[in-house]
Amino acid sequence: MNRTWETAARAACAALFLSTAGAVAQERTAVEEIERYRQALADGNPAELWEARGEGLWKQKAGPKNASLEQCDLGLGPGVVKGAYAELPRFFADTGKVEDLESRLVTCRMTLQGLTAAEARKDPFGSTGKKVVNDALVAFITSESRGYVMNVKTAHPKEAEAFEIGKKIFFHRGGPYDFACATCHGVDNIRIRLQDLPNLTKKGDAQRAYTSWPAYRVSQGELRTFQWRLEDCFRQQRFPHLEFTSEASVALTLFLAKNANGAPYNAPAIKR
Amino acid sequence: MKTKIIALSAIAAAVSACATAPSDAPVAKNSLAVMKASFTAKGQAKLDRLDQDSLQRLCSIYSGDNELPKDVAARIEKEQLATIKFPADGKLLGDWKSGEKIAQSGRGGQFSDDPTKPSGANCYACHQLSKAELSYGTIGPSLYNFAKVRGYGPDVQKYAWTKVYNSHAFAACSTMPRFGHQGILTEGQMKDIVALLMDPNSPVNK
Ligand code: HEC
Ligand code: HEC
Repeated sequence: MNRTWETAARAACAALFLSTAGAVAQERTAVEEIERYRQALADGNPAELWEARGEGLWKQKAGPKNASLEQCDLGLGPGVVKGAYAELPRFFADTGKVEDLESRLVTCRMTLQGLTAAEARKDPFGSTGKKVVNDALVAFITSESRGYVMNVKTAHPKEAEAFEIGKKIFFHRGGPYDFACATCHGVDNIRIRLQDLPNLTKKGDAQRAYTSWPAYRVSQGELRTFQWRLEDCFRQQRFPHLEFTSEASVALTLFLAKNANGAPYNAPAIKR
Repeated sequence: MKTKIIALSAIAAAVSACATAPSDAPVAKNSLAVMKASFTAKGQAKLDRLDQDSLQRLCSIYSGDNELPKDVAARIEKEQLATIKFPADGKLLGDWKSGEKIAQSGRGGQFSDDPTKPSGANCYACHQLSKAELSYGTIGPSLYNFAKVRGYGPDVQKYAWTKVYNSHAFAACSTMPRFGHQGILTEGQMKDIVALLMDPNSPVNK
């Protein structure tokens, strides 16, 4: 191969990197518009409908054992909901596993209500005209941690291991597009089209992003949970389907949640 | 092709053997096993997409806090440059109008996409290209006035082809997909995209 055209082309590279600043400033105003819209809506977040429904489902007797979930141990002892989400995912001795909120709810629906694993994992995400139990329970439980400071631990060896695995997955490039989570979420101040992308490896961005999930998505008219967010980002990454409450999903969640430590939790939020 | 893969995995082996390289091989193995157990095939996205070629493996190791060493970068660029295939007819430029449509389209490769339809390239997701399209991303540099600034000659045409074919040939561990090497775009689509960058009448150069 002829080296001269390569050298010539390389030398010309520098010029193009200098010309973007003006256009970016111009479009900031569009982003600010969206932010104002978001704040206007925040006065009446439809997520409250999910929270109320979830509280009802939490207390309602259901399943073959005709029991409520009120005795479910979310990590702070049976029945303690307040502040529990700010310390999840965590290791649970009864299952011997690290669980996030959604996998813990699967566990409780099995042990307390007598559902099979398949029944408890069925219908993880809602869609138009189809409301599901998981979304509502998640909305209720997370809302009970609003204002609590994120405090996810890696003291237990299984938690430390989950953190390392989650980190590996975050940087794992693969698939036909060579993407990893880090491709879109490993750099400061970038956007895809007009969508701002948080740098989830940096404290400030990770805190803002993690503490704002789950969220009511205006564009979809649905409450979206963190498990949903991960599955849909893997789709954009051109990866296969992430199984609901799978070990990889929990490890990745623990990695991201730990990066958000120190910030007050503030969701369910509302997003575009 | 085969020899390249062998050569590159030899680099990987050499790198992981040396003292300064991150020594986290056991977790790497474990995390892939965890992933394999956590995903299921859906549509065109099968489980083999979790497996990495040597480029993906090296660029995953050298990301985040682990900076890519200069010598590894140089070897990656050499290896990836050797993968470039130029069209048999020697013509690098197609139709920029078709190129613009391809650059706008974000479909392709996802399990939610129909694999029988042609893929787009979604250049606008990451790059500014024309003045008219305001909805562009900033993951990559602006390409506005690409050829107007660098010239319309054959060297720049070849450079543009190479970048789109395999971005790592000039920027090891770039986040830009290898559109030609990975078969995302057909040769004809590649020509149309290169015309979008290189044609004096293309909105990129207006
Ligand atoms: C191809 C690009 C791309 C990849 C790869 C990607 N994401 Fe995303 N991610 C996005 C976009 C775009 C959004 C914003 C979506 C929206 O708001 O509509 C987003 C949003 C998010 C958010 C919510 C941020 C917030 O403030 O609301 C989280 C968390 C997230 N992604 C995590 C991940 C993780 C973890 C991975 C890897 C499994 C990943 N993403 C891979 C494009 C990507
Ligand atoms: C996921 C993000 C992404 C996508 C999609 C993408 N690029 Fe890039 N591109 C980058 C990044 C990051 C760079 C800078 C690093 C490098 O040179 O590879 C870049 C660099 C380039 C360069 C070299 C610029 C220079 O100054 O030398 C060209 C040319 C280019 N891209 C063209 C394209 C075209 C054409 C498409 C669509 C077919 C495209 N890119 C799609 C991220 C992307």
